[in-house]
Amino acid sequence: MDTASAPPRALRLRLRHLRDRLLVALCLVALALAVIPLVWVLWEVVGVGVRHVSWEFLTTLPQPPTVGGGGWANAIVGSVVVVGMAMVMGVPVGVATGIYMSEYGDNLLGKSARFLSEVLAGLPSIVAGIVAYGLIVVTMGRFSAVSGSAALALLFIPIVAITTQEALKMVPGHQREASFALGVSEAATTLRVVLPAAMGNVLTGVMIATARIAGETAPLLFTAFNSRYWMEGVDRPTATIPVNIYSYAISPFEHWHQQAWAGALVLLAMVLALNVAARTLWARRARFMAGD
Amino acid sequence: MAEQMITRDLKVSFGDHQAVKGVDMEIRPRAVTAIIGPSGCGKTTFLRALNRMHDHTPSARVSGEVLLGDRDIYGDGVDPVELRIRVGMVFQRPNPFPTMSIRDNITFAPKRHGLAKGKALDDLVERVLRQAALWDEVKDRLGASAVGLSGGQQQRLCIARALAVEPRVLLMDEPASALDPTATQRIEDLIYELKKDYTIVIVTHNMQQAARVSDYTAFFYMGLLVEFGETDGLFTNPREERTEAYITGRFG
Repeated sequence: MDTASAPPRALRLRLRHLRDRLLVALCLVALALAVIPLVWVLWEVVGVGVRHVSWEFLTTLPQPPTVGGGGWANAIVGSVVVVGMAMVMGVPVGVATGIYMSEYGDNLLGKSARFLSEVLAGLPSIVAGIVAYGLIVVTMGRFSAVSGSAALALLFIPIVAITTQEALKMVPGHQREASFALGVSEAATTLRVVLPAAMGNVLTGVMIATARIAGETAPLLFTAFNSRYWMEGVDRPTATIPVNIYSYAISPFEHWHQQAWAGALVLLAMVLALNVAARTLWARRARFMAGD
Repeated sequence: MAEQMITRDLKVSFGDHQAVKGVDMEIRPRAVTAIIGPSGCGKTTFLRALNRMHDHTPSARVSGEVLLGDRDIYGDGVDPVELRIRVGMVFQRPNPFPTMSIRDNITFAPKRHGLAKGKALDDLVERVLRQAALWDEVKDRLGASAVGLSGGQQQRLCIARALAVEPRVLLMDEPASALDPTATQRIEDLIYELKKDYTIVIVTHNMQQAARVSDYTAFFYMGLLVEFGETDGLFTNPREERTEAYITGRFG
């Protein structure tokens, strides 16, 4: 064989090595571009926020800017209630939709549900607010926490439906067959075999969706609206953390800007705490499923 | 308890592809019937037709008759869910439920069928684990995850789980092909024990295994049942040339 026409073996190997390292380097640059802004945002929120979070901020009602002091206790409660109600509405509907799409959705209805979920998952959040405004606020004749929850649920459901579907599809078919072969019905197989096996990923979807809606501002502007007082009921307007951040941040008062940073930190901490709690509760079962 | 199964002109197709092309076969009770043949000959497809597993594959079409006792399992008014309580199945790869303990793997189906509860359920767990020769290895950790067991133990658990619903017929789809030789040996011993009480049909790639465990052997080729008879006769004195070619290793 003529070896003179091809580059020597050693050179080819070195070239290949170089290309390999170049690709890894490019991936690292891309990673840095993605991670740096994230870390920076976290750094700012935690760094600035932590200076302005205080017991007073967490436990008292807002004060007029001229008075100074005061806190966001009503908004913190408001956010918990509004997001909590959105989850109560959204988890059953979203998970059930995901189950249908994955296990029974090999038909026109399933296809339509998948298409609609994907469209709705990309719904501009302010549109969800308008829908809830038109359907609930106008009908009830006033702003309310529950209308805010409905708007958030509209954003929450498609995300949970899609992630639940994906989670169930990842459960191997032989698990379903094992159950069918024991004379267990499809419904029981879905609920007792497939869903438990997928629960970790379903939970992840719920957490991602919760984090998403917990920070939504636009859908709440004309549904939950805002309030300077404690919430009087779910059929009344309420303050929430994101809307407060928005209105405090655009105010001319330095003191309010600081409170907006503190609010951002509290929101972040709440989402994180929920995530950690869910993961911890789940960890034991996950270990069991891994065979420990 | 054990019942015979008879297929009459059984055909299975997926879309345009006919995988089983009209098979007549009599499966004797209290005996092991082995199904052998090269990959793609339709042996697993045939086996899965015996407990209507194809019902879950939208493109699958089954025609012909499959009698369990004297009733056609594809006839009107037969509930496939109920049928599978009588015709159990063990799969190629051990597939215990990962979310359940060893005990729950076994009790899951009997509980749903209302077969036993309380003390009777405990007895059932012990009985089927003993039948599957697994009791001594797991009796102290029934609450542990089934995924922590070895592959061979998992497969015996799957057999115990299948026995727990008290089937008449046990279908086994290459039950030892994912296991090491020692575990394979144990499964084969188990099959030998179980045939006293059950009708067993086993699909296998391994001709030595077929010769060791079965009383009857069916040779499938291209979706057809080429030869069917007592295992001894089929292996020592095959009537068909294709059978001989296959068992002597000339193709497949």
